[in-house]
This record gives sequence, structure tokens and C-alpha cells, in this order.
Amino acid sequence: MPVAIAPPEVKPETEREDRLPEPGGPGGGSGSDGGSGRWGDGGGRRLRPDSYQLGMWLALASISMMFIGFSSAYILGQGTNSQWRAMAAPPFVWINTVILLASSLSLELARRAPAATELKRWMTLTCLLGAAFLVGQLWIWRLLGDQGIYLSGNPHSSFFYLLTGVHGVHLLGGVAGLATLTARAWSSAPGVPARASLNVTALYWHFMDGLWIYLLVLLFFWR
Amino acid sequence: MAGPGLGSGQDLWIISIALFCIASLLGALNFITTVLNMRAKGMSLMKMPLTVWTWFTTAILALLSFPVLLAAGILLLLDRLGGTSFFIPAGLVVSDTVIESSGGSPILWQHLFWFFGHPEVYIAILPGMGVASQLLSTFARKPIFGYHAMVVAVFAIGMLGFFVWGHHMFVSGLSPFSALVFSILTLAIGVPSAIKTFNWLGTLWGGKIRFTTAMLFAIGFVSLFVSGGITGLFLGQTSVDVQLHDTYFPVAHFHMIMGVAAIFGIFGATYYWFPKMFGRMLHEGLGKLHFWLTFIGVNAIFIPMHLMGIMGQLRRYAESTEFKFMEPLQPYQEFVTIAAFVTAAAQLLFLVNFCWGMFKGKKATENPWEATTLEWITASPPPHDNFGGRELVVNHAAYEYGVPGAPRDYVMQTDPPLESAK
Ligand SMILES: [Cu+2]
Repeated sequence: MPVAIAPPEVKPETEREDRLPEPGGPGGGSGSDGGSGRWGDGGGRRLRPDSYQLGMWLALASISMMFIGFSSAYILGQGTNSQWRAMAAPPFVWINTVILLASSLSLELARRAPAATELKRWMTLTCLLGAAFLVGQLWIWRLLGDQGIYLSGNPHSSFFYLLTGVHGVHLLGGVAGLATLTARAWSSAPGVPARASLNVTALYWHFMDGLWIYLLVLLFFWR
Repeated sequence: MAGPGLGSGQDLWIISIALFCIASLLGALNFITTVLNMRAKGMSLMKMPLTVWTWFTTAILALLSFPVLLAAGILLLLDRLGGTSFFIPAGLVVSDTVIESSGGSPILWQHLFWFFGHPEVYIAILPGMGVASQLLSTFARKPIFGYHAMVVAVFAIGMLGFFVWGHHMFVSGLSPFSALVFSILTLAIGVPSAIKTFNWLGTLWGGKIRFTTAMLFAIGFVSLFVSGGITGLFLGQTSVDVQLHDTYFPVAHFHMIMGVAAIFGIFGATYYWFPKMFGRMLHEGLGKLHFWLTFIGVNAIFIPMHLMGIMGQLRRYAESTEFKFMEPLQPYQEFVTIAAFVTAAAQLLFLVNFCWGMFKGKKATENPWEATTLEWITASPPPHDNFGGRELVVNHAAYEYGVPGAPRDYVMQTDPPLESAK
């Protein structure tokens, strides 16, 4: 049940964030100007941009701990279970990996886009690539099912479905976040989503990218 | 693997635990970010009340330990619903039928659970430590003894807590070497715990102590922290633990420290912050009666329970009369049972006090305890935006009691800087 930990972070902040100065990037003073506004739920409260960055890093630390939990289970099973039969990597996995890496690249291009029109296009491409990866993942599961490799068969296939599934749920949350930002970029008049939202979503997305590479190494190269 | 109708209950239980994990994660994330990024003007980290420090450490523990429980819950749910066998060992026989399995490991469950489980006991007790520090300082009218050492000790307890989970598994088939490492790390937690106890006693030493109900519960917390914590040193040693494992001894240890001490923290906090929450005072006489009955009651329950454990009383048995060696312990069982009922009944006093206090209690002023921290500068109960639109500037450390040259015996955190300091 790792129901997307991403959306709760992405949504509330995008709403408030429109008030932030656009490119005014992270990294202001340290620690103590948080109370400069009023303390109520009312309007004047200012949040420093790197609160979001910090919050996302903490969320990523937490997500990492979950995958460390899974990894230790994996390594223990691989080392001690006599019924462990490693399956070969489905070839389509590599194509899917290229799609995911491309999505990170296009998101980075969106982040550095000088003009709103380009930003919108790269964002849209990123969303499509992210969705394509998820569809590709479902496709891989189907191909495996056709070969008789299921969740419940062998310990190794159990872990393949588990790890790719939990990663996929996290990506689904990421795609939802990206889609929200993209939709906003197309609809709103200035056309540029708040910088901090974009930065924080990009951080999440790149992390999921790296996590995917890690999972592939664990599943198919770790012996 | 459950009785008829029980299976779906277990599934729902696991799902609800998973939801709880996610909720705790989000709460912890919010708390850490708020503490690091959104403090009042002038509130440096080392001016924060110890309550905030302990909650901050608690949030870090929750952030890093709950995801592991979530992972374990997902594996368990897949074992139950997805036909996997992460935890089901090969050749397991339940009710005369062999359970189909591709060779999982039940010990893996113990590892994942206790990796979460040990930090979790600190998640329960650390806020109580913060409350005790705040209350002891306030009612002894003295700054907390060794503020910096307290912060370091809280952090040390929290971080060491991640590396000791194996002490729950000394009899599960751990390699003797890792058992030794877990044992040494576990005993090492005694050091920061002793620092905290020493500092609490140092805070009380020579203070003008005001024995309010809240203060009694704070002192009770320290007492229970010592009597419940000291037995942890017994259980943290492999050779002693092998003897005491699965007896009443760890049950008594666990409930004394994580159950009762933490609850004393909650009671102390309730008696202390009730006026701020509801604008009315609780009845002190009734509160003191509640304290004494509870304090004597819990000791009457758990001290005999320790003795029973040493004498071999096993836990998790519905009936202990079947075993000859447990028979002489029956009078203890009866005594503990009666003590438990009396102690539970004493909690009605608290309930009555709480309900009565909410509507009929004496009206509370802004700062009835003459305390120093931020919440006491605003009205009781606070207005909707807490400080009525005021901008707070913090000039003082959290516990400035009895400062020479100050106009009162306490200096609030928002008071202007003292003349002598300029
Ligand atoms: Cu423990």
C-alpha cells in the first residue's frame, strides 16, 4: 500500500506557491525568518522556497528506507533460499529504461527552458514518456505472465513484481504531479508553473529514475 | 492461515497499519520541516524548549522507521493475498495441512518488525522526556540542568535506537557475534539515559519546588524511567536474556517504561497544558489523589510482575495452573490482578476531573504556572491564530528561571533583553 507518497507533497504546495517570486531560487538566509508573517491560516504567511526542497528530501529519505527494507529481504532470500531461481531480464526492460532516462532528460530541458512555450512542450513530453514507461511496465508483466512467470511462482519473480510494482506506484504519483504542473502551464495566463513546484517535482522524478537503475542492478546483476 | 472469518480481519488490520504508517510519515515530514524552517524570529535551535527537541527527534525516528514497517506490511499482505511466501517457511504445517511455500523466512519478519519496533518505543517515550524536562524546570524554578547535554542525549538515544533491534531476537537464532554487537550497543544507550536522569535530578537539586499535580507526574516519570529502564540493562545482555526471555520480566520492564512512564508524561502534560487548551484549571486535590493512586498502583502491578518473571512465570499462557512450577505464583497473579483493577478504576478520577474542569474549573490566566515558553504569552485558550497577529521575537533561552537581576523569578522567552546583559 505505498499509495503515492508524492501527490500529497505536490498538491498543497502548488496552490500556495504562486505567490513566490519566480526564479528567485532556493538558498536564502538560514533558519529563522519563518515567523516574519502572521501565524494564522490567513494570507500573509510566507514560506521559504527551500521548505519544499527540504520536505522532498525528507520524503525521499523515507522512501529510501522502505526500499532498503525490501532490499534486505531480497538479499536475505537470495542468500538463504534454496528454491531461489533467478529469472533473466525481459529484453523490453532495457527499452523501458531508455524511455525513463529520456523523461528525466526532457524534464531537465523543461526546467532550463528560457521561454514558456518551450517549457510547456518539454513538460508535456515528460508526462508522455512517464506514462509510456508505466504502460511499458504493464506490458512487461503481461509478457512474463504469458511465459508463466507470476508473482507467486519463484522467490525471485515475487521480488521482481514487488519491486517494479512499488516503484511503479511511486512513478504514478510522480506522473500525477507532473500532469498537474503541465496542465497548469497550458491553462494559466503567464504559462509558467511556480518554480519551486517544478524543482521539487523534478527532484522526485530524478530520484525515481535513479531508484529504477538501482532496482535493475539489484534484480539482475547482484549475485 | 487463520480461523474462519478471521482472514479478512487480518487483511484489514494490515491495511490499516499501512495507512497509519503513511500518516505518521507525512506528520513527521511536516514536523521536521517546520522545526528547521519556520521558527519564530530569534528562536535559534538552542533556544527551543526541550519538548520541541524531543518531538523533532521523534519525528526523525518515525520518518526512518515507519517505512520499514510499511515494507514489512506490504510483504505480509502479498503473502496473504498474492500467493507469495516471503515469510512462510518451506514445509510449514498448520492444522495438519502442509502450507504451500517457496521457502520464505519468518526471521525476516522479526528483523523488519523490530527494526521498526525498537525506534518505535523511543517514539513513545521521547516526548515524555521532553515533557518531564519542561515541567521539572518550571516547577523547580530553575533552568534545566545541562540543556546542551540534554539535547545531545536525546539525539544519541534516538540514533542508537536504530542499531539495537537484534536485542529482541537473542533466542531467535542470531549469530553469537551479531548478538554481542547488539548487546553492546544496547547497553551503550544506558549512558545518554543516565545523563538525562542525572540532569533531571540536578534540576531538582536546590530548587524551590512547587508540588503541583503536573510536577508530581513529572517526578513520577523520572522514577518510572529509572525503575523501568534499569531492567533494560538486564535484558540487553544475551546470557541473562536467554533465561528471562518470554517470562513476565520483559513484560514488566516494557510496560513500566514504555507503557506507564510514557503515560505519566501524557498525564503530566495534560495537567500542565489543560489551562492553555481549555482556559480552565483542573482540580489540584483530585489530581493529586489521582497521581498517588496511580503511582502506587502501577508499582503494585509491575514490581511483583518482575519477581514472577525471575521465578519463571511464562508469558502468553491463558492458564498457568497446568504447570507445577508456576502454581506457587498464583497468589502473585491474584494480587497483580486486583492492583490492576484498582489502578484502572483510579483513572475515573482523572476522567471526572477532566470533564468537570472543562466546564466548571477555575478560570485560567495567561500564564498560571509562571512559565517561560511561547505558549504562555497568549490568552488561555489561544485565539484562532494563536498569537492574535502579534509578531514574536525571541530573546531568551527556554528555561530562564531565577536569573539574577531579572524583575521576576522567571524571564519569558519574548521578554526584552535584560539590562545587565547589555
Ligand atoms: Cu528494543
